[in-house]
Amino acid sequence: MTPAAARRMRLVGMLRKESLQIIRDPSSIAIAFVMPVVLLLLFGYGVSLDARDIPLAIVVEQPDANTASLSGAFQRSPYFRPAPYRTIQAAQRALDEHAVSAIVWIRNDFSRRLVGAGSADIGVIVDGVDANQARITEGYLQGVWQTWLVDYLRGQGVSELAAVSLEPRIWFNAAVRSRDFLVPGLIAVIMTLIGAMLTSMVVAREWERGTMEALMVTPIRIGEMAFGKLLPYFILGMGGMLLSVIMALYVFDVPLRGSFWVLLLTSALFMMVALGMGLLISVVARSQFVAGQLSIVATFLPAFILSGFIFEIGSMPQAIQVITHVIPARYFVDILHSVFLAGNIWPIILANSAALLVMAVIFLGIARRKTHKRLDA
Amino acid sequence: MKAFNRILALTVKELLTILKDKRSRFVLIVPPLLQLFVFGYAASFDLNDIAVAVYNEDRSAPSRELIAHITGSPHFNLRATIDSDQAIAPLIDNRDVLLVVHIGPHFSQRLKDGRQAPVQLILDGRNSNTALLALGYLRSIVTDFNQSWTRQQGLPELPAVLQMRAWFNQSLLSRWFIVPGIVALLTLVVTITVTGLSVAREREAGTFDQLLVTPMRPVEILIGKSLPGIIIGMIEGSFILLMAVFWFEVPLRGSLPALYLGMFLFLLSAVGIGLMISSLAVTQQQGILGAFLFLVPSVILSGFATPIANMPALVQQLTYLNPLRYFLRILRGVFLEGNDYRLLVDQYWPMAVIGVVTLALAAWLFRHRMV
Repeated sequence: MTPAAARRMRLVGMLRKESLQIIRDPSSIAIAFVMPVVLLLLFGYGVSLDARDIPLAIVVEQPDANTASLSGAFQRSPYFRPAPYRTIQAAQRALDEHAVSAIVWIRNDFSRRLVGAGSADIGVIVDGVDANQARITEGYLQGVWQTWLVDYLRGQGVSELAAVSLEPRIWFNAAVRSRDFLVPGLIAVIMTLIGAMLTSMVVAREWERGTMEALMVTPIRIGEMAFGKLLPYFILGMGGMLLSVIMALYVFDVPLRGSFWVLLLTSALFMMVALGMGLLISVVARSQFVAGQLSIVATFLPAFILSGFIFEIGSMPQAIQVITHVIPARYFVDILHSVFLAGNIWPIILANSAALLVMAVIFLGIARRKTHKRLDA
Repeated sequence: MKAFNRILALTVKELLTILKDKRSRFVLIVPPLLQLFVFGYAASFDLNDIAVAVYNEDRSAPSRELIAHITGSPHFNLRATIDSDQAIAPLIDNRDVLLVVHIGPHFSQRLKDGRQAPVQLILDGRNSNTALLALGYLRSIVTDFNQSWTRQQGLPELPAVLQMRAWFNQSLLSRWFIVPGIVALLTLVVTITVTGLSVAREREAGTFDQLLVTPMRPVEILIGKSLPGIIIGMIEGSFILLMAVFWFEVPLRGSLPALYLGMFLFLLSAVGIGLMISSLAVTQQQGILGAFLFLVPSVILSGFATPIANMPALVQQLTYLNPLRYFLRILRGVFLEGNDYRLLVDQYWPMAVIGVVTLALAAWLFRHRMV
């Protein structure tokens, strides 16, 4: 047999063994295809930063035409579900019991001060426990107040105020749907799961069961073994990715403004990085328990929190921002957000792809160096 | 007494299995610590140093003053000054800036004529939450500017103004919201992974059958398998709690015993779920996958990062099955709102119910899932 034929035979054998292992173990198929669907459904429907129908207590101490028009403005807003309260004490109790998230307090001298000199105060108390939601609620309250003020002044014959008004235009996501921003980033999280977690556990299992030793006594070379192990998982991961893209586009109506081929190529690159991480973890861990833990801690959680998937990297402390540079998902999330929402923004795509390429080489390189066809290492 | 000794022996054996291995000891200590620090600092919705570009066609005193108001705020950071429409798109597209403030040529004239002076804002909406928050910050800056402008010019004041206050977290630091949540998150992850593998490991090694033929009754096995998870969870949880108070300086305003009662019930339910997953699993891989398949949805559907109130009604119903939901509410209630037992009863009993049901199921599965 020629060396080339022998190599092909070893490789085909390895690929066949790994593929059979995937097909016969339902948990691998589950992680590659059921998990993306479950995660996308959970995130698409479960995670939303868009507040609607915020329960709001309105305390009107002395009802009249002015207070009626002001509370009417809150009633008409799609963001609030106002409920009337007689006294501020009752409203504060409701806030303590989480029955309402904010209080608007219109005191009994409101109308008198409205027409008199100076300004009438509208008291607002927001439940600050969830700071992000509190800020968003404050923003919506300000919006309602401004609209009401313009209407009120128009009623008084003042057509325009000498004041700066903001005309915001939100590019790429005019409706400000948080789903359009969360679902593309989720693809990075899912691919990290398949690539790093599944791969690391599978290889660790071979060490634990001793089948790695059996593999080592075969004539297979290290490179062939790694290739044979990784290719089936690469295909599995890309399948999971395609499934996620299809769901993003057709179930969640997320626009894909860039090219599909850019998406596919950069995903393949990221998959290589994830597989490299998985292989490295399994080489270091050697037991499934440790491999599982490590892959959650070293790959999944950072992909979730340090990648810009939910939390803005630019606002993190400097030291943490430095750490994010070694998180591969960071680069891929940036590509995903741009390719889905903005289009083919080449400076972003190329810079991040270069970073991914470097990481793929590093991870696969270290994993290769650390894997010896020896048992003691 | 005999039963007690048997349980003690099993507990010690379980703890040894976890702690004697150098690598798994490491996994229990170092990663949670790392996560606490990284997440404590990174998981924040507060925005600092948002990169801004200014396009000022007006170049008069009022427009410069408005720009000074914006760039003087700690939230914004002037990154570029541009002088053409064409320069806007590349800055936003390449994410060099998050927003462009465009002041038109007639800005100050309109303001002096007593008319409305529009300012155009172009925001990068790729991260919709960031865009909304940045817009909110700008709104309050503009409101301040308008008030000082009317005062300077001796114009009549606005007839009504909002006086906003936030309760429980006056400066709206999102760290105060996230860090107590991390206590629950990390305790859950550690407990579920420890217990999720405990039965599966023995099943895989074949030692679980041996355990079943010992004089130990299933309930004793159950207690012996639960205690290590609860002990490790309590130690881990207490440590993170200390860090939350002394390192991250989140105020602890309520009753500590009320919090610990919550933690115990939470650990009981977490251990129950972990053991249930473990007794269903035949291999360790399935155990870890099962643990993971439980952890991810339970973190997402708990209100840890995004509010339950924003979820669709059906999904909100689903969150009642999630012990994390209740413990998060207890942690935030005790930390920020100063709650004690009375206000938390509705959070305690669901966790107790989940714990009892899952532990009973796990005990039943010990004997009835033979493979």
